[in-house]
Formats: sequence, C-alpha cells, structure tokens
Amino acid sequence: MPANVRTAELSTRLLQHVPSAKSDYTKPRRFKVTVTPEALSGAALFLRDELGFDHILAVSGTDYIAKKEVEVVYFVASLKPGQEDLVAALAARTNRDAPVVPSQVEVWPGAEYHERETFEMLGVKFDGHPDLRGILLPEDWHDIPPLRKDYVSPGR
Amino acid sequence: MTTESEYTPDPDKIMSVALGPQHPGAGHFRIRLWLDGDYVVRADPDPGYVHRGEEKMGEYRNYIQNVPHLERPVILDSSGILFPYAEAVDELMGNKVPVRAQYLRVIMAELNRIISHMYFLGIYGVFEGHTTMITWGLGDRDLFIDLAARIGGARVTFAYIIPGGVRNDMPRDMTDQALKTFDWFEKRLQEYEKVFLRNPILEQRTRGVGVLSAQDAIRFGATGTVLRASGVKHDIRRDEPYSVYPNFDFEVPVMKEGDCWSRTVIAVEEMRQSLKILKQAFKTIPEGPVRLKLGPQPRVPAGEVYFRTEAAHGEQGYHLVSDGTPRPYRLKISDPNFRNMVLLPHLLKNAHIADIPSIYWSLNYWPVSADR
Repeated sequence: MPANVRTAELSTRLLQHVPSAKSDYTKPRRFKVTVTPEALSGAALFLRDELGFDHILAVSGTDYIAKKEVEVVYFVASLKPGQEDLVAALAARTNRDAPVVPSQVEVWPGAEYHERETFEMLGVKFDGHPDLRGILLPEDWHDIPPLRKDYVSPGR
Repeated sequence: MTTESEYTPDPDKIMSVALGPQHPGAGHFRIRLWLDGDYVVRADPDPGYVHRGEEKMGEYRNYIQNVPHLERPVILDSSGILFPYAEAVDELMGNKVPVRAQYLRVIMAELNRIISHMYFLGIYGVFEGHTTMITWGLGDRDLFIDLAARIGGARVTFAYIIPGGVRNDMPRDMTDQALKTFDWFEKRLQEYEKVFLRNPILEQRTRGVGVLSAQDAIRFGATGTVLRASGVKHDIRRDEPYSVYPNFDFEVPVMKEGDCWSRTVIAVEEMRQSLKILKQAFKTIPEGPVRLKLGPQPRVPAGEVYFRTEAAHGEQGYHLVSDGTPRPYRLKISDPNFRNMVLLPHLLKNAHIADIPSIYWSLNYWPVSADR
C-alpha cells in the first residue's frame, strides 16, 4: 500500500474517533492532527492502542504569538510491523496567556523529560505531570520562557 | 545488580550525592544519586550544563547560516546530525538533490558514524579499566578522520552537508586510500573482538548489567544502539529509507540481551555494516554536480516538516516550521541523547555504585547533544 494511502487511512480513523479534531496535513509517511486540549488524552490513547503509535520521538512547541496561541505537538512513531516508517503528529493549541494541556506521560512514559523541556522553554503547564520542573536552563532563570517569540536573546 | 525483592531501603540510611558535573567521568552532566550503602535507591539526571539555546539561535539565522552551529552539538558525528536538517530544508523547498551529492552525504555520514562509535568504544574501554581500547580506538579513529578531512576540509566540524547538496566534491584520487583503510579496518575489528569484547574483565563488568527489556525500550522511546541491543530491529536507514540508502546492501545488527555488553557489541557490528556501505558507495558513486545553486539566503516556502535520520547516537529529527521568511519560524531538534536520558533513572535504580559507569557510558550518552 502506498505510504500516503496508509497515512490518510490512519488520520481518518483518528478524526472519526475524536470528532472535534481537524487534520493539518497528510503526507506520505507523515500526518498531523490537531485536537482541543480536553480531547488530547483520549486521542493519545487511541493513537497508541488502536493505531499502534507507541514510540515517542519528541514533544515540540511553537509560540504563535499573532494568534495568541501556543501549540504543543507530540511526534510519535510506530514499531508495529508495516508502519515503522510513519510518524504521527498530535497537536493541541492552548491559550498563550495561561497555556495548559494534560500531560501524556502515562500514555508515553518517554515523554516525561520532553514535557519538562516544553514547560521550561514555552511555559506550557502539563496537567498531571509527575514532576513538572525545569530541565535545561539554570536554576536561577527568572525571565520569560526563552522560546516564546517575545523573548529576545541578550544583545539582540 | 540486585533485584527489588532482595532489597528494602531504610530511609535513615539514605545519603544523597552528586555524580558530576566536575567528575571526570560524568562529562558536563550531573546525576543526583540517593544511595543506601552500595546501592542506588534513586537517580535523577540533571542536564543543562552545556545548554546553548541552539533552537533559539536557529530562529535568528537563515537556513544557510544555521548549518555550522547545528553540527556543534555532536562534533563527533557532525555530518550525521546535519543530514536530517539538510533533508528537511530540501523537502520544504522541493529541492532535487543531485545523486552524486546524495552519495557524498551518505559517505560522510557513515564515516562519521565510525568516528563516533570509535570514540564511544574508547571511552567505554577506559571507564571499564581497559586502557588498550582507548589507545586503539582513538588511534584507529584518526584514519577515518583523515578520510573525512580530505572530503570535508576540516577534522571534526565540516559544515559539509548543506541544503541543496554538499559543500564541495571529494578529491578524485582518494578511492584507493579509502578502500585500503576499509579493508584494513575490517580485519582490525576482529582484534577488537578478541581483545576488548571477549575480555573476561569487560564481560564480567557488563554482561547482565543494566538490562533494558524490549518493552521498556519502546515505552521510554529509546533509540539507536540502545534500542537495537534490546532486541528491537529498528533503524531509520532500513525502515524509512532516505537519500540513497535503498541502493546499498547492509544488515541491521540486533541483540536480545539488552545489557551493557550488547550495547557495546552493537557498536562494533554497526561499524562493520558502515564499512560495507562505504565500500559500495565509493565503488558506485556516479558522476555529476554536487550542489544546487540556492544563493546565500534561500526563500523557503511556508510549511512544516518532520525529518528523521539514523545518526550515530540514534534517531536524529528536526521539526521545522517555516513562515515563508528567510529564517525558520521554529526549529526543534529531536535529539537521541535527550531521548535516551529518560532511561537512566530506570536502569540505575537498585544498581551497585560500581556499575554506574558501565550503565551510564553504555548508553553512548552525549551531554552536549542532549542539552543543545
């Protein structure tokens, strides 16, 4: 089966399971779906248990300052035979002023440090994270999260 | 290593100590340890001592200016970690990279994989009390650095793999030298096996130590040699072939035990496979141009891409968001070392203090890369 047919099928199944979700893109070997923060945990479980995406690669976050939103994306791969070449991106957008999304550490234990990093770099609070604190920045960091677009590197 | 049932911690006896960052064996990295006598009760990795803000820097520079600083996190494998960045930009721009350039990318990435694995074996040897391995490892590694330097013009950081191709062609007269080195090194690896891998001291210190099951490796998102040593046959070069990797015949080594020893063996086996790829690449590389003319400040259409490749430490990925301006809107580095770090508390729990170096170094953990 060509890779883009497979991703389209998987994406559709996820969209059917989470009615509020919307597809951002479906490419060969990649698909991205955005859900509301409330629907994130359900979508993550469905992605892992029904679609076989069990191998967490990264949690990325992007500050869309013009839209006053912060996006959190879980990149998850699959080790299920036949779909080892696919990467699913599960995104949630949250209010930039008080960004909160539910933690997915219980679904993907490997996300623990990735979520800590996103918390530190973009200020997103992960509800239910077992140990939500900074990870890379110095302990005495007192500025706004550095990957926010309104943070300007010193000297710039 | 003890099992959970043999051991119950007594809160009054627990002592907390820091391993690193000044400890010579920790490498810009600290692990906070809670110890009960000789046993680790809890371990908490504390990275960040070499955090440079690569991702923020990426937002201030254009797609070409980003090349040299993005290879800095792993100078041992500078081409390997630039590979997915160049591929990600190529995908966004729709670049048709010349075939010769794709071969050169693979050649440099595989040379760097050997250079990086040799360093790993050398360091692993010295922390296991096997001084021969660090002298052999770093000595033989130089032969591959010499080859890479002839192509890339520098010894460790080449800025060689760039969007649109590679920076320059390789010298026309180096194939013989390269093939000679590969043949010699293939025989040399048998000596590594006899003197290092089958050394009774190394085996006693690493066999059955730091065991990671396949299930846990997947659950925690482990990658690279660590994942394959735990019985999971997953290599991006085979499972999601990119560039010209489908043109080469090679195996993906995998072991079942998941202990420190298997992780070492996998590194040696992967070098054998890299040699196999390199020999084929040098013999079959086609003629042609090696880069596209993109100009100093290429426009990248708005869009989003996640590209991953198999670097020496594991799967290296880039999540690139472009808004159509000359600079990335967001450049997220998905780093294999950061991913494997989450294994440390799991593997160190209930381990002996003397097993900490065996476990820690067997992960081939590179703090500079994890911190970015």
